[in-house]
Amino acid sequence: MVKEIERAGIPVVHMCTVTPISMTVGANRIVPTIAIPHPLGNPALSPEEEKAIRRKLVERALEALTTEVEDQTIFEV
Amino acid sequence: MSYKVVHYINQFFANIGGEEMAHVAPELRDGFVGPGMAFNQAWKGEAEIVKTIVCGDSYFAEHEADAKAQVLEWVKAEKPDFFIAGPAFNAGRYGYACATICATVQEELGIPVLTGMYEENPGADLKNKVLMVATANSAAGMRKAAPAMAKLALKMMKGEKIGASCEEGYMPNGIRKNFFEKKVGAERAVDMLVAKLNGKPFTTEYPMPSFDRVAPNPAVKDLSKATIALCTSGGIVPKGNPDHIESSSASHYGEYCIAGVEKLTSEGYETAHGGYDPVYANADPNRVLPVDVLREMEKEGKIGKLHDYFYTTVGNGTAVANAKAFAAEYAQKLLQAGVHAVIMTST
Repeated sequence: MVKEIERAGIPVVHMCTVTPISMTVGANRIVPTIAIPHPLGNPALSPEEEKAIRRKLVERALEALTTEVEDQTIFEV
Repeated sequence: MSYKVVHYINQFFANIGGEEMAHVAPELRDGFVGPGMAFNQAWKGEAEIVKTIVCGDSYFAEHEADAKAQVLEWVKAEKPDFFIAGPAFNAGRYGYACATICATVQEELGIPVLTGMYEENPGADLKNKVLMVATANSAAGMRKAAPAMAKLALKMMKGEKIGASCEEGYMPNGIRKNFFEKKVGAERAVDMLVAKLNGKPFTTEYPMPSFDRVAPNPAVKDLSKATIALCTSGGIVPKGNPDHIESSSASHYGEYCIAGVEKLTSEGYETAHGGYDPVYANADPNRVLPVDVLREMEKEGKIGKLHDYFYTTVGNGTAVANAKAFAAEYAQKLLQAGVHAVIMTST
């Protein structure tokens, strides 16, 4: 799906936990996330801490979108 | 004396449980477990599964280094003649685990390996490194997959010559071997042409490689003026799943308006995905689709706008061709709506 969005001319960042799969499907901008059932959350944390982490991940994703890349790139958090 | 084999399977095939148990750490058991029985039967005593390693799919994906180290330690201690994993059919994380662990055992311990999965499984990306038998896309294909894998495995153990991929049933691994054809090239080409003209099946001798990569688009220049859309394969839908997006093998996607929605609540939204434990996403759907923080950033002026619609489907055994078609379609809608960039989340 990321590839089709990219093909349409829209930059896209893929936020996922299993980044090797993201590489296989051909995402160009990749941000690794927390866990498969809760990529953008962590139920072990307090709601405030959890949201702070989510914010950090989304900020990283937005950074990826504003960064020029030539090839598949993983933006570690 | 029969050949000693170690078998790798996931929590589902070991009967431990489904997604709710996908977090379990590797475990070593004596003898065969689950699908190993079919291998043992096919080998008729010539080879035997001495140990079975069971590992949760999410555990492997999230703790790959630990899982590999543990499996290597056990396999090394057992000194088997062969290592077999799966078959994984179209289970993405399982296929990835099977292919990765086979590659590791082969490289680190020099033990021959074999796995099996559906050709669209992401794990099949390693088919040039690890021999893998092509299987059906669901466990209903076990009856065909197990004997095919067992047969090829036994040949490998005995050191017999392995035939071409189309004869042995493994996925083409990019290795070419010279051999003499029964008919000369001109004759084969004419046969193929005649078959083609008659609308009969024929097989090319030189398939074109499929490198489908799309070059990255230029970066977003000014986030504070950009409209950002959210998309997901994690199955987030309005509560009750009004469009009945399937929990696996999804046949369609959903388009839902979030104008004025401050955050996704457990009363309003849930996941339709049947491939991961839904407890966390149902309790707080922002854990999969981060509407709450993007709305905040919109208010702060960090981004221009969060797009009024999000696009969602269930990425669980969903055919690649379907997923491609969904996104090709909604990407046009995003373009028309003037969306500048997309955040896609996956579980």
